[in-house]
Amino acid sequence: MLLRLQHLLGIESLTREQITFILDQAKPFQEFQRHPLKKLATLRGKTVALTFFESSTRTRISFATAAARLGADTMNLQAESSSLKKGESLLDTVRTLEAMRPDGIVIRHASSGAPEFVAARVEIPVINAGDGTHEHPTQALLDALTIRDRKRKLDGWNVTILGDILHSRVARSNLHLLGKFGAHFTLCGPAMWVPRELECLGPNIRRVPRIEQALEGADVVIVLRVQTERIHEPSMAAEEYILGYQLTPERLRLAQPDALVLHPGPMIRGLEIDDAVADGPQSCVLEQVTNGLAIRMALLYHLTGGAPADAPHPAKEKSSAAD
Amino acid sequence: MRVVEKRQLLSAEEISRTLQRMAHEIVEKSGGTKDLVLIGVRRRGVPLSQRLARIIKESARVDVPVGTLDITLYRDDLSTISWQPVVQSTEIEFPVDDRDVVLVDDVLYTGRTIRAAMNGLFDLGRPRRIRLCVLIDRGHRELPVEASFVGRHVQTTDTEIVECRLQEVDNEERVMLVDRVA
Repeated sequence: MLLRLQHLLGIESLTREQITFILDQAKPFQEFQRHPLKKLATLRGKTVALTFFESSTRTRISFATAAARLGADTMNLQAESSSLKKGESLLDTVRTLEAMRPDGIVIRHASSGAPEFVAARVEIPVINAGDGTHEHPTQALLDALTIRDRKRKLDGWNVTILGDILHSRVARSNLHLLGKFGAHFTLCGPAMWVPRELECLGPNIRRVPRIEQALEGADVVIVLRVQTERIHEPSMAAEEYILGYQLTPERLRLAQPDALVLHPGPMIRGLEIDDAVADGPQSCVLEQVTNGLAIRMALLYHLTGGAPADAPHPAKEKSSAAD
Repeated sequence: MRVVEKRQLLSAEEISRTLQRMAHEIVEKSGGTKDLVLIGVRRRGVPLSQRLARIIKESARVDVPVGTLDITLYRDDLSTISWQPVVQSTEIEFPVDDRDVVLVDDVLYTGRTIRAAMNGLFDLGRPRRIRLCVLIDRGHRELPVEASFVGRHVQTTDTEIVECRLQEVDNEERVMLVDRVA
């Protein structure tokens, strides 16, 4: 089965088959990371534009490494050093890049929907590396791969998500993905960050006020970071958060004995997660990173590889009318 | 594309005898099996390499390591096809450095698959030697590639296709020559 996907904008619109295909295709790229020589010529001559309008280290490096190992070149745009500071619009920035003929765009943006906006207006594949509070599809895919590898299957797990779920695109993408595989979700965090509306995202989602309750019977625990840079309302005092919601070894014992602990990173040790849990045998954080590379290589291979679509040159074909 | 079978090249029995013969040749012409490894090129090179290893084990009492190599990522024609082919895994559980590698495939044609296979191998290390073992050599080389161990040489035209059917992959066991029909 070929993927037949032009863009990867989110998990919500993917089928189980497409997700399974991507996870299966990541496997040879996992094996590839163990080669002494980690350089392919598969995407030689291709260019991937990495447009990170929101700061990111791990995701950006992961995509850059994935492209490089496939033999592709990258164009790098980063928020701090970009012309956005001078007032250029998203569309103009992307069109400028497109005029340099990349074979794919990876985009992270603070506005939900930005990748879809771009995909509708360019002729090349777009991969969403995180948009606002909407989705972070590659994170959910690498989380799923991690779970599937450790637990030998992806269906029907009890998944607890801890933290600021309201502002988390990682949580949303995970809810969509694991939801398609029959997961039962328990959401837990400070009340203002776990609103009732989240239960509408799927049939098996419940909120629980206390962490002890939330961890009982969990097969997978996804710990989210307290996002001090994104929220505008005054955040909870650290001590209060730790008391109510930190994942400690004692609390983790309430979950299944072989429960997995996932964290999208970066972790704030001592805040949402205790050192012992972060470094313990149930923690999957390092595998998540390795799997992220494999997932992104598989996606770049399938989406930006191959024959170029018959695209008209943007400068010639597009009108300059506002969209 | 319609194909019509022109003739059978190898029956199940003949495949078996040919593999027996090639396995013995490999052992004879390797000057010792200490560093010998067999690497099957996906797809049909894989069961062939496993059968060869089994024959060598039964007759020469030597355990020759076997690996599988997927060449998809090393193909030279990816930019000409719009949707990317599915990648399978390469499974080579032993180091390749200084080994006496015998690549195994079903049909040798243009030689491009073997070029890709060698690229894949060099990503893993530096073999002492690489030789090629194929069931059928059908000519029409486009690159300077040759097989050291050949089951059968077959003259073919450009439109003809050599189809290998193996039990493990196709639930059938024979090699046919087919031709494309307008």
